[in-house]
Amino acid sequence: MKNCEYQQIDPRALSVSPMSAQNRAEMKAQRSRRKWEVFPGKNRFFCDGRIIVARQSGVLPLTLGLIVVTCGLFFAFDCPFLVEHLTVFIPVIGGVLFLFAVISLLRTSFTDPGILPRATPEEAADIEKQIDTSGSSTYRPPPRTKEILINQQVVKLKYCFTCKMFRPPRTSHCSLCDNCVERFDHHCPWVGNCVGKRNYRFFYSFIISLSFLTSFIFGCVVTHITLRSQEGKSLIQLVICFFSIWSILGLSGFHTYLVASNLTTNEDIKGSWSSKRCTEESGNPYSYNNIITNCCVTLCGPMPPSLIDRRGFVPLVEASPAASATEIELSCDVVRLPPPPPPPPPPPQVEWPTCSTSICFFISNLLPLCMKTNGSAQVF
Amino acid sequence: MKLERRYACAPASDRIPSTMAETHSLQDLRQPAVSSKVFVQRDYGSGTISKFQTKFPSELESRLDKQQFDETIQTLNNLYAEAEKLGGKSYLEGCLACLTAYTIFLCMETHYEKVLKKISRYIKDQNEKIYAPRGLLLTDPIERGLRVVEITIYEDRSIGSGR
Repeated sequence: MKNCEYQQIDPRALSVSPMSAQNRAEMKAQRSRRKWEVFPGKNRFFCDGRIIVARQSGVLPLTLGLIVVTCGLFFAFDCPFLVEHLTVFIPVIGGVLFLFAVISLLRTSFTDPGILPRATPEEAADIEKQIDTSGSSTYRPPPRTKEILINQQVVKLKYCFTCKMFRPPRTSHCSLCDNCVERFDHHCPWVGNCVGKRNYRFFYSFIISLSFLTSFIFGCVVTHITLRSQEGKSLIQLVICFFSIWSILGLSGFHTYLVASNLTTNEDIKGSWSSKRCTEESGNPYSYNNIITNCCVTLCGPMPPSLIDRRGFVPLVEASPAASATEIELSCDVVRLPPPPPPPPPPPQVEWPTCSTSICFFISNLLPLCMKTNGSAQVF
Repeated sequence: MKLERRYACAPASDRIPSTMAETHSLQDLRQPAVSSKVFVQRDYGSGTISKFQTKFPSELESRLDKQQFDETIQTLNNLYAEAEKLGGKSYLEGCLACLTAYTIFLCMETHYEKVLKKISRYIKDQNEKIYAPRGLLLTDPIERGLRVVEITIYEDRSIGSGR
């Protein structure tokens, strides 16, 4: 079939590329490109597209390092004493919690949060046509919103100028990653990725397991210090640890409330479904009005697939330069978009005020682990 | 796709020497002559579940029966509902995954993925039996991020093509 195609072409008629053999070689080289290599968002990919992270993942190594160092010190300095005086299960429980927390963290960081692929040029043109025919005759296009009814409640869908489509409900555009993410919760710098539909359950299990881990380590350290009868120092350490653990437990509590109400951080901050904004008797249209159902749906529901198909191959027609000239000719007729207005404001990164206090936990948890109570050499 | 191959080879007998045809000849060989694309949008009336509108596009009136179109879209909607169904089985899968720290997703195919394969087979089947004979092509919505069902309308190349 391919021989049939190229034999029909009159090389003199083509202004783009003279040699069909050259075309074939170019196309063969281009055929092997995977979709992640041409991904338009600001993400980084590893392991040939299997792992996806945000562009700025700088704080993730810090998060991982703090957890590993804290637990390492716990296993090195507290566990021997506690195994001797209490039970051998202490390092076992600690180990299980540590593994759970680290695996959940890595899953949250390296999973596609629910990125929506951008609209194809034909789709964008079709939407433009629909907007134009809806009656706007002014020079400046009206704000692009569409109102729909979800469970008898009016919901506004906004047009995304970057992705060239009307965002589905609960979808938001992350300016850091430059992607529309389904059921967008927030962009978490500690995790180095957006938290959305596909990785919210991993994020939730990470913060819950981290809460248990920190509480467990806190309890063990307190027990250790108490058994060594150093009450003066233990009081200061207790106060420090108490305030640092509070931030993690507070975050877990907040997200437990969100899960039980089937809300996202984004919606909660904007007050989308709060009673002040809603004049009639209306609330969250996505909630099942049952805490257990909401929890099950959010955490144990079916795992949606990744829509961006990172490891798929870029189709040959789109990748070929020889066809691109004719495609540009055709596409110019189809796509005529007005200049876009300023980009929408970035979504709130609410995790900063909450998460930044958690650094105090990590640092202050290192203090009781490192200080030797009987006056022997200290680690720091 | 069989349809694409037929059209790709069609110009073998279609030797139009005019300059107009030469500009488009490569495009014709790569892709069949596309008249237009119709997009069936999502229906968000029931929330964020995957569901497509059953409104019959006017561009397809000359090519397809409304009933056939309705049947295709309804079946697709039912299949997506099956994939996203909340019930004992999905909760069990979710709980098992949680207990294994979600590592089980690395080895096991989820229920959703199995249904997506079923959907892909259904679309291929519909294309072969109903849409391709009418010069239409259904694109699997997963290739468009589950945003739209794209139906490509191929123009009738009966003039000068020898087909």
